[in-house]
Amino acid sequence: MTERKGVIQIIFIVIGLIFIIRLFFIQALDNRYKQEAQQNVLRKIVEYPYRGLIHDRKGKLMVYNVPVFDILVIMREAKIKDTLEFCSDFGITKEELTHILTKIKQDKGFSRKKPMPFLKQVSVKDFAKIEDVLYRHPGFYAQARTIRGYPHATTAHVLGYIGEINKKNLEKQKDKYYEQGDYIGISGIESSYEVQLRGRRGTKYVMRDVHGVEKGAYLNGAFDTVSIPGKNLTSTIDLNLQQYGEKLMEKMIGSVVAIEPSTGEILAFVSSPYYDPNLLTGREFSKNYQVLENDTLKPLFNRPLMAMYPPGSIFKIAQALVGQQLGVLSPSTSYPCNQSWGPKCHAHPSPNNLEGSIQWSCNPYYYMVFRNIIQQGKHPNKFIDSETGYNQWRALIMSFGFGKRLEVDLPNIKSGLIPRPEFYDKWYGKHSWKHSTIRSLDIGQGELLIIPIQMANMAAIIANKGYYYTPHFIKEVDNKPNDNPQIKIKHKTGVDEKYFPIIISGMGKVVQGGTASWTKIQGIDICGKTGTVQNPHGNDHSVFMAFAPKDNPKIAICAFVENAGFGAMTAAPIVTLMIDKYLRDTTSRKPMEEYVLRKDFISKYRKPIP
Amino acid sequence: MRNDDKISKNIDWITVGFYAFFVIIGWLNIFAAVYNPENSQNIFDFSINSGKQIIWIGTSLLIIVLISAIDYKFYSSFSYLIYGIIIFICLVTIFLGTEVKGSKSWFEIGSLRVQPAEFAKFATALALATYLGGINIKFEKLSTKLIAFAILGLPCLLILLQNETGTVLVFSAFILVLYREGLSPWFLIIGVLATALFIFTLLFSQQTIFIGIACLAFIIIAYLLLSLQKKTTRIKNVLYQVAITLVSGALCIGIVISVNFVLNNVLQDHQKKRIQVLIDPELDPKGKAYQVTQSKIAIGSGEILGKGFLKGTQTKFDFVPDQSTDFIFCTIGEEHGWIGATLLIIAYVLFLLRLIYLAERQKERFSRIYGYSVASIIFVHFAINIGMTIGIFPVIGIPLPFISYGGSSLWSFTILLFIFLKLDAHRRQILSH
Repeated sequence: MTERKGVIQIIFIVIGLIFIIRLFFIQALDNRYKQEAQQNVLRKIVEYPYRGLIHDRKGKLMVYNVPVFDILVIMREAKIKDTLEFCSDFGITKEELTHILTKIKQDKGFSRKKPMPFLKQVSVKDFAKIEDVLYRHPGFYAQARTIRGYPHATTAHVLGYIGEINKKNLEKQKDKYYEQGDYIGISGIESSYEVQLRGRRGTKYVMRDVHGVEKGAYLNGAFDTVSIPGKNLTSTIDLNLQQYGEKLMEKMIGSVVAIEPSTGEILAFVSSPYYDPNLLTGREFSKNYQVLENDTLKPLFNRPLMAMYPPGSIFKIAQALVGQQLGVLSPSTSYPCNQSWGPKCHAHPSPNNLEGSIQWSCNPYYYMVFRNIIQQGKHPNKFIDSETGYNQWRALIMSFGFGKRLEVDLPNIKSGLIPRPEFYDKWYGKHSWKHSTIRSLDIGQGELLIIPIQMANMAAIIANKGYYYTPHFIKEVDNKPNDNPQIKIKHKTGVDEKYFPIIISGMGKVVQGGTASWTKIQGIDICGKTGTVQNPHGNDHSVFMAFAPKDNPKIAICAFVENAGFGAMTAAPIVTLMIDKYLRDTTSRKPMEEYVLRKDFISKYRKPIP
Repeated sequence: MRNDDKISKNIDWITVGFYAFFVIIGWLNIFAAVYNPENSQNIFDFSINSGKQIIWIGTSLLIIVLISAIDYKFYSSFSYLIYGIIIFICLVTIFLGTEVKGSKSWFEIGSLRVQPAEFAKFATALALATYLGGINIKFEKLSTKLIAFAILGLPCLLILLQNETGTVLVFSAFILVLYREGLSPWFLIIGVLATALFIFTLLFSQQTIFIGIACLAFIIIAYLLLSLQKKTTRIKNVLYQVAITLVSGALCIGIVISVNFVLNNVLQDHQKKRIQVLIDPELDPKGKAYQVTQSKIAIGSGEILGKGFLKGTQTKFDFVPDQSTDFIFCTIGEEHGWIGATLLIIAYVLFLLRLIYLAERQKERFSRIYGYSVASIIFVHFAINIGMTIGIFPVIGIPLPFISYGGSSLWSFTILLFIFLKLDAHRRQILSH
């Protein structure tokens, strides 16, 4: 019988070995159980940081944080005992409840063990009611968050908005910071300064027992992180000027951009029609966004950065500077206004020298200037000569920031268009075009496309006599100068400083006694240039570019108003009113303000929403 | 020739050492299982299970003293009486017992709750040992076998009526004892085969298994018939073997059908679920499988080295139900990892082998049979209990001897073991009869 003893002993040993091997599989080889255990016990509590505030250049608050609460649910723990009571506690209908629950279950990341969003962005007022009864509903938790608030309801196109990060961005992010449900800046400053504004999320891991009761910090908080609030930004925007600009532009379609020439700081940035940024925050976000999106006047469209227009007569300033630089034009060069080409000039004295040509915006004068730039007679073949001239011209024009993306600190800026010579080669054939082919460029028409901020930047260049700093919106980050290297570069144009005074003098005469003389302000030397952009689709666009004061300029500004006729009629009053506002904080010409406010260039373009 | 009566000299201190080791390990882990880090309790706190376990350990020591003091001949002489009393109590429990978790197996005396079925184990072991150890008993005789099975069957029946299926399963331990005493190994082999078939029945459809059995039988028969070509093989023998193959095949099919029948018609829903979830835990993630899943999570999260004493989270936060009683092994696995669990298993197997060694050195059949019963009963508990916590056996509510929390179980295993140690201490004197 001893072999039977052996059999029994072997059975004992074999069972022991099976256990040890099985345990090795469970404990050593399979990681799944460890994760499951953590999911069981750990609840991750996210501490959302305060997003940085945004102030205007004078310290007025533009963007602040509004506390809201997300109600989260862990389905495994949730028990809805009495649907009626539940719905009344949370202020929802039975249908909404069913809808929310089915949506939660359809969520791709759905897990019975993880907190899923149940109600999002419940206001403090609504939450006060829910908070008192939350204990009655196991499995439901509140999560404090903040959304954005805008006390002055202004500057929407600059500030942008935030929203939940979408799946695409969630997947393509490199530093793996964001998690589903996180807010991220989607447009404007919120987007381009996201990293500074967002701060850092804090996480706390607490242990819970099977009933969901908290049992203290996990590993004494070894993995916990404290949330770090985002940095506050000081904008370059002057809230006062901005709001005034918005008021003046209320019934216009177009842009006003004002820049401090010595720094490139953007003082005002009006894109009209505009919208109240408070619309794109909170629970009504999607609904309001739809309405704005469907508006035929495209209020979401950031016109100063994205609308491309031919610049019209303000471009003559650039032509005059390039002409001088290329040696084909001098202050004493005179041409008669012979109405030989182009749109009719305003009635003005003739012939004019350079200064007069600006003062009166003489079209034939710039026909000649441009002809001399393009065809400098350096090559017997007019076509080859034209190509050489065009390339010289284009290089100088582009040194003004035209035809390329300005590195502003907002996303989605357009570059405009200064055509490459190949562009004309394609149309007309290589060496088959000359000045007369492209002559509409002389007065800023034709194929030229420029965005409003580039026009304002041109005003700044002239004010600076030949250079510019890239226009930007953020002055300080956490009260320290914005360290974006882009805004510290002094961009010099290819035009020598000595060619500017005569131009500035001409621009002074525009307002003193030229095309925009009716907008002159007692006590401020404004230098400006009117423009009327031919518009084949409707009424001409009204443009005015200016800087002031003439000596030591503080503001360079350009207004572009669609379908508003002569530059002097609409854009010039708006610009000069804003200059008055900015430099003296007054409106010394009340009637002109009333005149602007009376004008309406928007209503007839507003189509009913389909 | 009673030359040395002192039990302290003759008792097997190695086994006592194992016993003490398991009891202390159990006590510490019971504390770990119920420990609440928030109000850092004391292990002696009588309001928690680890404190109460001290009472059970203390009373167990009294029991040990008592067992040692009683004359060793008492156990063989009074075994039938003890058996009879326990059978009677079990019978009474069916009618007067308190119902706990669906089984009417608890008997309340004042505030004390005992489970008579626990004590049926040692009583049955004593009775079986007394009967088979009798002078003129020949195990080869059919009548002997029948009486032995009757001694085992009676408590099984009563416990089954108490709805305590788990404990009944423990009585299968006696097959090992009977095997040692001369029962045909076919009982073991058929037992293993039946278990395998049982699991296949759960895993595959009836048809698939039938086809499988038929194919196997066909191959065997084909092989047997092919062997006819050899001249040495006798036709009679081959036919005999074919007949056996066919009968076994039929038996297998019978087992499959009866398993299905038992599953669907005999077992109660909760028992059926417990067996089914073993195969497919996803069947009921929040119900029966929950226990197994959570148990595996707790053990698995311990990894190689464990989380450290009192640092486990799964058991103490109640994710594993019955964490200080039937699922105490989870705490060990979670806090002491694979190393700790493996050491415990090795200790347990060594302990069981020691018991076999002790049993084999008995001169009396009575002592040997009783010794084997002790080893087998503890082994079955060990196998089923740890097997269920690591998900290779259905969840059957039986404790891990000496380690699980509970008075009844600690007492009954102490009695079971120390009667044997008492007998072992006197093994030389028994010769002198």
